[in-house]
Amino acid sequence: MSAHVEAHAHDDHGHHHKETFITKYIFSQDHKMIAKQYLITGLIMGIIGVVMSLMMRMQIAWPGEPNAFLQTFLGKWAPDGVMSADIYLALVTIHGTIMVFFVLTAGLSGTFSNLLIPLQIGARDMASGFLNMVSYWLFFVSCVIMVASFFVEAGPAAAGWTIYPPLSALPMAQGGSGLGMTLWLTSMAIFIASSALGSLNYVVTVLNLRTKGMSMTRLPLTIWTFFVTAIIGIVSFPVLLSAALLLIMDRSFGTSFFLSDIFIQGEVLHYQGGSPVLFEHLFWFLGHPEVYIVLLPALGITSEIIATNSRKPIFGYRAMIASVLAIAFLSTIVWGHHMFVSGMNPFLGSVFTFTTLLIAIPSAVKAFNYITTLWKGNLQLNPAMLFSIGLVSTFITGGLTGIILGDSALDINVHDTYFVVAHFHLVMGISALYGFFAGVYHWFPKMFGRMMNKNLGYVHFWITAVCAYGVFFPMHFIGMAGLPRRYYTNSAFPLFDDLSNVNVVITVFALVGGAFQIVFFYNFFSSIFYGKKAEQNPWKSNTLEWTTPVEHIHGNWPGAIPTVHRWAYDYSKPGHDDDFVPQDVPLKEGEEELQH
Amino acid sequence: MTALISILVLIFIFVAIWQMVKIFDLTQTGKSTENNQIANDNDNKVNGYLMIGFLIFIYAITIVCIAKYGDLPLLSNSASEHGPSVDRLMIISLLVIFFVQTVTQFLLHYFAFKYRGQKGRKALFFADNNKLEAIWTIIPVIVLAGLIIQGLFTWTSIMNVDEEADPMVVELYAQQFNWKARYAGADNALGKANVRLIDLDKANILGVDESDPNAQDDVIVTELHLPVGKPVLFKMRSQDVLHSAYMPHFRAQMNCVPGMITQFSFTPTKTTAEMREVPEIKDKVANINKIRTENSKELIANGEEALEPYEFDYLLLCNKICGTSHYNMQMKIIVETQEEFDAWMKEQKQFKNSLNL
Ligand code: HEM
Ligand SMILES: [Cu+2]
Ligand SMILES: [Cu+2]
Repeated sequence: MSAHVEAHAHDDHGHHHKETFITKYIFSQDHKMIAKQYLITGLIMGIIGVVMSLMMRMQIAWPGEPNAFLQTFLGKWAPDGVMSADIYLALVTIHGTIMVFFVLTAGLSGTFSNLLIPLQIGARDMASGFLNMVSYWLFFVSCVIMVASFFVEAGPAAAGWTIYPPLSALPMAQGGSGLGMTLWLTSMAIFIASSALGSLNYVVTVLNLRTKGMSMTRLPLTIWTFFVTAIIGIVSFPVLLSAALLLIMDRSFGTSFFLSDIFIQGEVLHYQGGSPVLFEHLFWFLGHPEVYIVLLPALGITSEIIATNSRKPIFGYRAMIASVLAIAFLSTIVWGHHMFVSGMNPFLGSVFTFTTLLIAIPSAVKAFNYITTLWKGNLQLNPAMLFSIGLVSTFITGGLTGIILGDSALDINVHDTYFVVAHFHLVMGISALYGFFAGVYHWFPKMFGRMMNKNLGYVHFWITAVCAYGVFFPMHFIGMAGLPRRYYTNSAFPLFDDLSNVNVVITVFALVGGAFQIVFFYNFFSSIFYGKKAEQNPWKSNTLEWTTPVEHIHGNWPGAIPTVHRWAYDYSKPGHDDDFVPQDVPLKEGEEELQH
Repeated sequence: MTALISILVLIFIFVAIWQMVKIFDLTQTGKSTENNQIANDNDNKVNGYLMIGFLIFIYAITIVCIAKYGDLPLLSNSASEHGPSVDRLMIISLLVIFFVQTVTQFLLHYFAFKYRGQKGRKALFFADNNKLEAIWTIIPVIVLAGLIIQGLFTWTSIMNVDEEADPMVVELYAQQFNWKARYAGADNALGKANVRLIDLDKANILGVDESDPNAQDDVIVTELHLPVGKPVLFKMRSQDVLHSAYMPHFRAQMNCVPGMITQFSFTPTKTTAEMREVPEIKDKVANINKIRTENSKELIANGEEALEPYEFDYLLLCNKICGTSHYNMQMKIIVETQEEFDAWMKEQKQFKNSLNL
């Protein structure tokens, strides 16, 4: 009864305030619209990030050769079409930053947490629509600042996405460490504020606004991962913020938190007593959890999509939750594996090796559980499902080499080489990107009320899958041959001359893979307008979002919010005619809810 | 010209996409009325087979990479005493990875093919099995425990400096964008140093304390010479930003941190001359020179100078982003016999004699 009244209140609300263009599309407080805003912004940042990576790849494959593409895009940074060494480092830095933070943290989490948390837990909106709106606009501002830094005279930040001082702290160490770095730090500070607001909102919403019957153990795994991701973000982002603030103090107010005993460009600087290693600790205290902030939502999305399209319950629901929690906890105590050769106490190195290899265990459990979910399923190989299977594949390939990087004795020799580039692109970059694509293909009908073209989706997946391996798999071998990362060219070392051929192959794969993303963008944008109208529940899924009408309405459900009677994974349950039983269907007489 | 090629490439890509979409379309035999963009049995079949194709692709790229690039000088032929233990651990880890990768990728893609959807078939309702989950929790635990224990032993023995062995102390000094080395001299004790003592006019470029007795016989050089078989203890310093002293042939790396002295120790086991005679290294050098001659032809045609032939040398590379010329911050390392080393050392200027007074 009370739910009914509440629904009416909402309806009235909708009638009284006429929504203007501005409140509906720009300063919207509706979580579905905010999700779309995040998605579109994330995709645009994604295009920028990918184009940057292609420019780097061209430089590496054909160093010193004039290139019209580079000249067009980089202008004065590529005199006569040859990229300068400084801009290479700037591209590495901004590509890394954009991909990690803007595309795969804000773009991915922002889109799907916003879209799915209220819809899947049965809430009319986020706990605070206003904060949600503020969070998006802060994100937008930080994107603008980051991109704007490319128009700074001395170039954007170029100290790597890890911005280790003193390189990042001293304008005389590098062109990009002047105004460019100031903008980078400003942008990130705003980004962190945005992320904190978003995360708080997600946590509060999941804890407080679940509909009747939606206990924590009935939550879909998507929500579990978004929830845990938000908690990791709340715990670790403030540490990055404090690192950034201390760095700003060192840069602008002469403090010495991270700097000591520096002689540069013919003069001694006054800094005394600080330590760059301290910055590394602070940075990686966020930096490592960050890779799980990127990855976990993708794994959650995949869990949901694999279960739905396998027409089978996700295997080991409890174990999946346990492993997400274990990963979240362990992720905060493994940061030192980025610092084995930083000069920190070798004993600490031993401790971090131990915790790092521990984290491999819940990760392995997840991989095995996905594979078992496929076993004896009735797989509907939709594009979203292909990307999810692709994620499991790259997650395994990339994750396995973590065994080497996490082992301090072995890391000595592959630390900061292309082996690392290969490892993290596969396990975090490509995996999370696949999760992103999978989510878009799967929830496009929910977002836009239309279907994406599946054949274009298939073409997109297969080309991307082949190119991703073609780009990143050989990089392991380049790394084992000793080529350091963040090298503008390997031609300064005859030792590496025999790697030029592989580098060309990699670049060709990258260019083809990059170009074929056009298929996705074409499919995405044309389907928004011309796609086939979607049915209410096209994938025959159990979760609550598919009980809402196709047309978006404020408050999500026209009537009362459905009550939940079962977990999200009753696919092909014996005793039911259909191969799916939505969460709001009451248990039949004598039917037992799977409790495990 | 480039513009024309770009346009052609774009056209080609669009044609390719269009063709592929057509191919997927054609596989929709007869059922074109049911155009609802949801996978049907045919899609499942086509994509199921493609999964197997993709599995083969993953295996193929693995095999090609191992065959072409797997014979790495960095996996064998280490030139330091601890090197073989690192290599052994690396190879064990790679074998474990290779095995797990092969099996799990097979299961993943094979299941995707085998259980591709068919109308009317029902999936198995299989939500949980504690025994299975226990198995695949415990197996990784055991394997990882083995690797961790091996790894920790190796790590500890590498990082523990054996003072008993009386290592030769050498300072590695990093600055944008070059390396210097400072030998401790006969007393084997480095003179105190701090960047605040740098005096360019007097050519005291490393900021060595001129009044420190230990400093007087120090020797500063730009090419690192090491006697074979003698433990070396490197003390790393940087004057400006982070750098990393990476000596891949010796399986050695340590960051150079301004304001702090870091250290790494190893014992070289093969002289440069010996290493040049190792068959695999010879092959590698020959191959590189083939590539260089090839590239030289092009250069000569453009009226530029040909590339010098490559000869093997140990190297110290910078492996921490440090600015514009990070990619070219290197120092040659020469490992030689004790006699050769002593002879070379005798020719170097001692610190006290190197200053402009
Ligand atoms: C289109 C596919 C991609 C290509 C071709 C690509 C290529 C590259 C290249 C060439 C580098 C520089 C390597 C170096 O010189 O050290 C790089 C660095 C990086 N990429 Fe990507 N990338 C791609 C996608 C991604 C994605 C999806 C992510 C998301 C996590 C990502 C994150 C990074 C990061 C964090 C760095 C390191 C930046 C640094 O060293 O500071 N990339 N990538
Ligand atoms: Cu990490
Ligand atoms: Cu350097």
